[in-house]
Amino acid sequence: MQIVAEKLNFVYNKKTKFSVKALDEVSLTIEEGDFFGIIGHTGSGKSTFIQHLNALVPVQEGILKVGEYDLSSTAKKDKKALKKLRSKVGMVFQYPEYQLFEDTVFKDVAFGYSNFFPEATKEEKSKAVCEALRLVGLDPEEYAERSPFELSGGQKRRVAIAGVIVTRPEILVLDEPVAGLDPKGKRELMKLLHLLHEKECKTIIIVSHDMDEVAENCNKVAVFSEGKIVRMGTPKDVFSDAEEIKRLRLDMPLTGYLGQTLRENGFSFDFDLTEEDFIKKLQEIKRG
Amino acid sequence: MLRDLTFGQYYPTTSFVHKLDPRTKLLLLIAYITAVFVAGNFYGLAASLLFLLIAVAFSAVPLWSVLKSVKSILFLVLFTFLLNLFFYAKKEGDTTLFWVITKEGLISALFLASRLILLVMGSSVLTLTTTPVSLTDGIESLLKPLSYIKFPVHELALIMSIALRFIPTLAEETDRIIRAQKARGGDFDSGNVFKRLKALIPILIPLLVGAFRRADELGNAMDARCYSGSKNRTKYKKLKFTFRDLIAALFTAALIAGVILLNNGAI
Repeated sequence: MQIVAEKLNFVYNKKTKFSVKALDEVSLTIEEGDFFGIIGHTGSGKSTFIQHLNALVPVQEGILKVGEYDLSSTAKKDKKALKKLRSKVGMVFQYPEYQLFEDTVFKDVAFGYSNFFPEATKEEKSKAVCEALRLVGLDPEEYAERSPFELSGGQKRRVAIAGVIVTRPEILVLDEPVAGLDPKGKRELMKLLHLLHEKECKTIIIVSHDMDEVAENCNKVAVFSEGKIVRMGTPKDVFSDAEEIKRLRLDMPLTGYLGQTLRENGFSFDFDLTEEDFIKKLQEIKRG
Repeated sequence: MLRDLTFGQYYPTTSFVHKLDPRTKLLLLIAYITAVFVAGNFYGLAASLLFLLIAVAFSAVPLWSVLKSVKSILFLVLFTFLLNLFFYAKKEGDTTLFWVITKEGLISALFLASRLILLVMGSSVLTLTTTPVSLTDGIESLLKPLSYIKFPVHELALIMSIALRFIPTLAEETDRIIRAQKARGGDFDSGNVFKRLKALIPILIPLLVGAFRRADELGNAMDARCYSGSKNRTKYKKLKFTFRDLIAALFTAALIAGVILLNNGAI
């Protein structure tokens, strides 16, 4: 499913003296298959934007199409279509482990499935849940009957993600998926997201403060600032102007600094900011 | 939306009443409530209303927001009014207007309803002009004597202020949990009452778990800084009675004296 947004505007507390403009003429297209990164300073409108994608925040002004679903302000609201949309667009919030509530992992993961497919049989449900658990790297034999509250932080987060992908969303949106995890946990989670990208969810959108993560994983990046999209393109394009990135109160990815330092010291070095490409280009230089 | 939830109704400005010591305001509110209860006729209530209006005028709070407080108890007022109107114990010599309604019953119902409205409006002047924090400080200071009989006054005040502090935090968290469960297909606004109550479980459990987690963290943070209760603690903002408080107290004393005199028909 393709996502097309045109001139989205959103204001919190409209018509009061506390009104805040959260989105200002946001236009962008996210193609099917993208691993899309959204970055920006706190309060730049990122979270508001992603919550538009499955109608948790209604469109106030502008056009928004997610696949065949029209969420534009002018479109008619249909509760059934909305439910279907939400099963197709999975949303993993910040610290998703805080939304767990059931007494077993199985029941918690099944919550979304039962909500979206109330007519499914027990076998279908059980199959979907076990598969979702396997996808996030948890053995259903071992974990399904345990209480989610006795798991470790990283495992809880995996359970929460399983609870979202259990409905097989085509688009998976994650808000700060690795926040609060240790470096190992971060790496494992990003690996998991790549796996999901290959196998299950065609499009993945992540909101992140970790520039390394974005440069390493995303094929396209949008930079939000004060409700506007100020830059959009490949990580290489977006991070090409170190001064501007600094002005937007963001950081450069480590690979970006590295490339810049090398160029400043007379090496002609051009790579797409991933570790893999960096090593490849380095090897090319070595070979001469 | 829960995001818009603000606790209390404090109206931020500076005025004579805002600057009064919270203890003065609490005590004077009690005095005012006593006056409203002591008042035996409409003259007494009128005097209380006049007192209230003067207090509002000196608080720089728009009269409208004081009246708004009545809105929330309008049902109670109406209920009291009707109950008194229909179940007034008829006495010899009462004039019947129609059916069971008597003139005396109507007057008594009106009297009670006015009393209720005056009480609520009076308390709202206090909450409109005093921040929850200074209100807690005031209560703590007023209850201080109880600590001599080993009543944990400071701890009680601490619990109150922590509770107040966490209302917006928990409201925000509730908002986030609702969104997360909605994204997982949770449906909170359809079906009958039981269905809706059951639908609240996915919100309430994470909220409770979160509250316990926060309580734990806060407890650890307090321990880490060697918090040990009321002993030898000093305050950043010291409460102090000033000349203003004396004026307000005299003014309120005048109200009580007036009401008592009006009751006895002396004026």
